[in-house]
Amino acid sequence: MTLKIALVGNPNCGKTTMFNDLTGSSQYVGNWPGVTVEKKEGKLKGHKNSLITDLPGIYSLSPYTLEEVVSRNYLLNDYPDAIINLIDGTNLERNLYLTTQIIELGIPVVLAINMMDVVKKNGDRINVQQLEKEFGCPVVQTSAVKGVGSKEAAYKAIELAEKGEALVPKPIFSKPIEDTLETISALIHEQVDPIRSRWYAIKYFERDEKVLAAHSLPDHVLKNAETTIREAEDRMEDDSESIITNERYEYIEQIVRHSVHRHEKKLTISDRIDRVVTNRFLSLPIFIAIIWFVYYVSVTTLGSIVTDWTNDTLFGTWVTEGATNLLNAIGTADWLNDLIVDGIISGVGTVLGFVPQMMILFFFLSILEDSGYMARVAFIMDRLFRRFGLSGKAFIPILISSGCGVPGIMATRTIENDHDRRMTIMLTTFIPCGAKMVIITMFVATFFHHSSWVAPTMYLLGIAMIAFSGIILKKTKMFAGEPAPFVMELPAYHLPSLKGVWIHVWERSKHFIVKAGTIIFIACGLIWFLSSFGWNLRMVEDVDHSILAGLGNTISWVFAPLGFGSWKGTVATISALVAKENAISSLAVLNGVADEENTRAVIAGIGSMFTSVSALSFMLFNLFNPPCFAAIGATSREMGGIKWTIFALGYQVLLGYSLGFVTYQLGSVLFLGQSFGFGAALALVIIVIAIYLLVRPAPAANKMILDRGQHAGA
Amino acid sequence: MKTLKEAKPGETVVVARVNGKGALRRRIMDMGITKGTQLFIRKIAPLGDPVEINVRGYELSLRKMEAESIELV
Repeated sequence: MTLKIALVGNPNCGKTTMFNDLTGSSQYVGNWPGVTVEKKEGKLKGHKNSLITDLPGIYSLSPYTLEEVVSRNYLLNDYPDAIINLIDGTNLERNLYLTTQIIELGIPVVLAINMMDVVKKNGDRINVQQLEKEFGCPVVQTSAVKGVGSKEAAYKAIELAEKGEALVPKPIFSKPIEDTLETISALIHEQVDPIRSRWYAIKYFERDEKVLAAHSLPDHVLKNAETTIREAEDRMEDDSESIITNERYEYIEQIVRHSVHRHEKKLTISDRIDRVVTNRFLSLPIFIAIIWFVYYVSVTTLGSIVTDWTNDTLFGTWVTEGATNLLNAIGTADWLNDLIVDGIISGVGTVLGFVPQMMILFFFLSILEDSGYMARVAFIMDRLFRRFGLSGKAFIPILISSGCGVPGIMATRTIENDHDRRMTIMLTTFIPCGAKMVIITMFVATFFHHSSWVAPTMYLLGIAMIAFSGIILKKTKMFAGEPAPFVMELPAYHLPSLKGVWIHVWERSKHFIVKAGTIIFIACGLIWFLSSFGWNLRMVEDVDHSILAGLGNTISWVFAPLGFGSWKGTVATISALVAKENAISSLAVLNGVADEENTRAVIAGIGSMFTSVSALSFMLFNLFNPPCFAAIGATSREMGGIKWTIFALGYQVLLGYSLGFVTYQLGSVLFLGQSFGFGAALALVIIVIAIYLLVRPAPAANKMILDRGQHAGA
Repeated sequence: MKTLKEAKPGETVVVARVNGKGALRRRIMDMGITKGTQLFIRKIAPLGDPVEINVRGYELSLRKMEAESIELV
C-alpha cells in the first residue's frame, strides 16, 4: 500500500526546497488537472511506496483563496496518511496559526521547524520539547536549504502513518467557547466523521460557507446551532470568526512565550537591504535598472551571442552539413534528405536556437523570484497597476510571461480576487514571450536593420496594450467592481540556492525543448510535406503549386486587409498558433532554407514576402492575437469556464486584428504613398472608438455590479 | 476612531478591532492582525500606497483602503 504524506505550510517557508530534497530526481510537476490544483507529487527517495504531495503554500484553512480551498479539499477528501507541517522558525507566531488548524483534521502530524540555521544565527532558541508537549506531535528541526533534517521529518511521518493513530486535538480556546463547541459537536455528531467532530464544530461555529454547503444538515439542527453561536457571540461581544481567530493567536502567543527565547533584535541584513530597495526615492530607479540589466544581458548581449552561435554555427553549419554528409553516405532518397535537412533540421533548429537565450532569461527571473524581490516589485508597482484595474501582484505573471506565457498564466494563482486574476490571465500574454522574441528578432533583422528601437518598442507596446486593455475592460460588465484586497507578506530576503534556481530554469526550459522535439517537429514535417507535394501527391518544383498553397489561398482573404494575404503569410500565422516560434520555422521551411547561411537565407525569403509596413502588421498581429495552443490551454484551465475562455480569446483576436489592420492601412498611406481609401478611413474609425472606450466614464449600471463583485469575492 | 490609514511611518499602534466582512476581513485577521496586536508602521510605498507594517515579527503590505478597516486603540 502506498503511504500518502502531505507537505503543508505557509508560502515561503521552504516547502518546495524540502520537497525537492525528499523526492530528488523522481519528482515531477503534476499534470495540472482542471482548475483544481498545482500540487506536486513525487516518490520519497529510497521509499518507492511513499508518495509526497507538495500543497500550495497557505496561511490558513479558511474557505476564501483558491490555494486554501485546494489544500483544504486535498486534506479533507484525499485522507493523506500523515502531514508534515513545515514551519518557518524565524516567524513562529504566524506559522503556528496554521498549525492550530491542521492538528484539528484528525490526521497524524509532524511539525518540522525549518530555517533552523537562520534561527541559530540570530541567536534565538526554540524549546522543542515544550512544543511537542503543547501540540502533542513530534517536532523535528530542519534546514531544508542545507539538506538537514528533511529525511528525519519524512521518516517520522512514515512511522506515524504506519501506526495510523490520529492526533487528538487539545482544547485551546477559552472555557465559554469550548463549551459552545461541545454543544455544536453534539448537535452535528451524526452527520460528520467522528474523528473530525472538533474540526467541523469549529467550522460550523465560524459559519464556514463551504462546509455549510457541503453538508445538508436538518433545519432544526442548523437552527439550534445558530442559537448557540448567537449566544456565544453576544457574550463575547464579537462575531464568531473573530473570536476563533483571536483566541488561536492568543493561544499561540502564550506557547511562543514559553518555548522561544529570542535574542535581542538588531537590524537584520534583510531589513538593511529593504531600506535601500524600497526606499521612497531609490526604489523606482533601482527597479528600472534591474529590469533593464536582465533584458540587456539575456536579450541583447550574452543572449544574442549564444543564439547567433546556435543558429548559425551549431544548426546552420555543423548539424546541417553533418546530416547532409551522413545522408549522402548512406545514400538515402533525395526526398528524404529534403525532408530531414530542409524540413525538420531547419525548422526545429531555428526554434532550438533560442533555447539558450531563454534559459538565461529564466535564470535571472528565478533569482528575482527566489530572493524575495518580486514581492517588493508588487509593493512598488501596486499603485500604478491599480489604475489599469490590475493588482501589483499582476506584475509578477507579466514578468514571467516575458519568458513563457504558460508559467506566467499559472503564476496568476497568487491573485486572490477572481476579477483581477482573470484580467491578468487575459492580458499577461501581451508581453512578448521568448517564442515571440524569435519573431521579433527575425523581423528586426530583415526589415529594421539599423534600428535598435523596434524590439524594446514591442515590449513597451505590450505594456501599453495591457494598460489600455485594463482600463477599457474594467468598464465592461464582466470586470466592473472594486480592485481586490492587497494583503501580502513581504518575505525576508534570502540568497537563492543555485539548485533551486536551476530546477526553476530547467522546468521552464524543458517545456520548450520538448515542444521543439514534438509539436514543432511534427509541424515542420507536415508543412514540408504539404509544401513539397501537389494535390496529385507528386513533388512539385514550384511551391506555389503545392497543397499548402492551395489551402493557404482559400483563407488568405482573412489576412488581406492586414497586408499579408499571401498564402505563405497565412500558413505562417496559422502554424504560429501551434507554437509562436513556428511562424519563423514555417517561413524557413517555406523558403527552402538549409544552407550554410541559414539566417541570411531566411531573411532573404521573408524579405521577399513583405513590405516594411506589412511586416510590421504581421508582427503585431502575431504578437497580440491569442498565444500558442499551450498558453490557450493554460488560459482555459485557469479561467475556469468556457465563457471566460471565449471572451479572453475573442478579445485577443480583436485586439491583434485591429492593431494589424490600423498599422497596415494607415502605414500604407503614410509611408508607402498609397491613396487614402476605405481601409484607411475604417482604421481611423477604429482609433476613434479605442479612444472613446479609453476615456468614457464607467457606466452607472456598474454600481450594482460593484456590490455583486464584492460578494463574489467574499 | 483612528484607523491604521491615519497612522504615520515610524509609529507603533495597537489594534482595537477589524471592520468589514468576508474574505478581506478574514484575510487580515488570518495574517495576525487581531484585537490587541501591536503594529509598527514601517514605510509607505514610493507612489504613496500601499503601506508596509511589521506585525508579529514579519513584514506585511496592505493598501490604505484596507488599512482603513483596521481600528486602533
